[in-house]
Amino acid sequence: MIKFNAVHKWFKSLHVLNDINLSVQQGEVVVVCGPSGSGKSTLIRTINQLEPIDKGSLIVDGMDLCDKKTDINRLRAEVGFVFQQFNLYPHLSVLNNITLAPTKIRKTPRKDAEEQAMALLERVGLANKRDSYPSQLSGGQQQRVAIARALAMKPKIMLFDEPTSALDPEMIGEVLAVMQDLARSGMTMVCVTHEMGFAREVADRVVFMDHGVILEEAEPEEFFRNPQHDRAKQFLKQLLSPMH
Amino acid sequence: MDGLFDFQVITNNFTYFMVGRYPEGPLGGLGLTLYLAAVSCILSFFGGLILGLLSLSRHAAIRYPVNLFINTFRGMPLLMVIFWMYFLLPALLGKTVPESRTVIMGLTIFTSAYMSQIVIAGIKGIPKGQTEAAISTGLKPWQAMVYVVLPQGLRNMIPSFVNQFVSLIKDTSLAFIVGVSELTHVATQVNNRTMSSPTEIFIFIAVVYFLICYAFTTLSRWLEGRLAWRKAI
Repeated sequence: MIKFNAVHKWFKSLHVLNDINLSVQQGEVVVVCGPSGSGKSTLIRTINQLEPIDKGSLIVDGMDLCDKKTDINRLRAEVGFVFQQFNLYPHLSVLNNITLAPTKIRKTPRKDAEEQAMALLERVGLANKRDSYPSQLSGGQQQRVAIARALAMKPKIMLFDEPTSALDPEMIGEVLAVMQDLARSGMTMVCVTHEMGFAREVADRVVFMDHGVILEEAEPEEFFRNPQHDRAKQFLKQLLSPMH
Repeated sequence: MDGLFDFQVITNNFTYFMVGRYPEGPLGGLGLTLYLAAVSCILSFFGGLILGLLSLSRHAAIRYPVNLFINTFRGMPLLMVIFWMYFLLPALLGKTVPESRTVIMGLTIFTSAYMSQIVIAGIKGIPKGQTEAAISTGLKPWQAMVYVVLPQGLRNMIPSFVNQFVSLIKDTSLAFIVGVSELTHVATQVNNRTMSSPTEIFIFIAVVYFLICYAFTTLSRWLEGRLAWRKAI
């Protein structure tokens, strides 16, 4: 479904992605973790070309992102993206946030789009918020709407870029529950997250990055029990007990 | 008490101040001022929007000439632009152009150049995440602009637009210089004819300009309130 082959990317002189090789199969859930500045957000943003790559090849859903002829807009319609800061449209109601893309891109009739949106809101537990505006919702609710918005395009892949990092602790659970439900439904997912509980429960694989390099790639149990790399050991130790 | 001001000159020429020689002759006075302002206002709204969007284009071949155009007219006195239009337009088109139309052209181009900067600032003020979210759902960049960024940006631009339009209303008085008989021109005509009460005449038109601008500001504040989506909880 997603295949990175010797991918490199630079921000000026900073080598943010260094020889990335990674493939994600259909239905797989991959968690990417690592210290801040390790390139994990950049990695996930290359998948729908919010960040173009500089070298190597990247195939997503059979489309070559480096090929000039690839219609990036069409690709993005097939790939849902959930942001750390939600990025809901503040001038549109919850319902219109969700129906905008389907009505404009898929040309779904208004009525059908609204029905689908309602089904999605039902799924994320926010059916009663259809006419609210984003500013009237809590962070957790906004993020669940953002997930519903991404799902409205019926994507084949869902990308999550630290979806719970901007949330109050008591709201993290509701978002993770939605993500877990999504993973169980067989969605192909790549999640940048520090929620190790989620990684352990849901992920098929954990990828650990530092300084633009993938240092480890393992099944969650294996990764948490027996990390190979010193940097990964240190990272996990910090994550589990930040005071030390 | 007797005769500090004598506003009889106003009442005697009231129709002339308001509409010039209309309906027998062409529209003049306040009517023409409002006409010039309204037409230039509408044209420069779209002009500013187009110039602003073009100058944010990804393609340098579009961006550079547009920026050159904007900076040229921003760096020039309005009076000069009006003169330019007055002499240049007929030369370019090879036929005479009504003075009021040359003034509208001048005002529109000049104001559009300023408006474009408001548009640019308004668009840049919208967080990048909004565009990213929109294109991530598959919207094309222009759709992200039209459905997501502009509706939010335009609302933020309203106060600056109003500012610019108030300027524009007052700037129509410069049409006086090419002999367009708008309010200021009419005032000087009446003044030259009567030779008796310049103070009253110019107090009167000052009040008229003030009232139009004030009414416009009030109207737009009301409009802004209606456009506001609920920001607070």
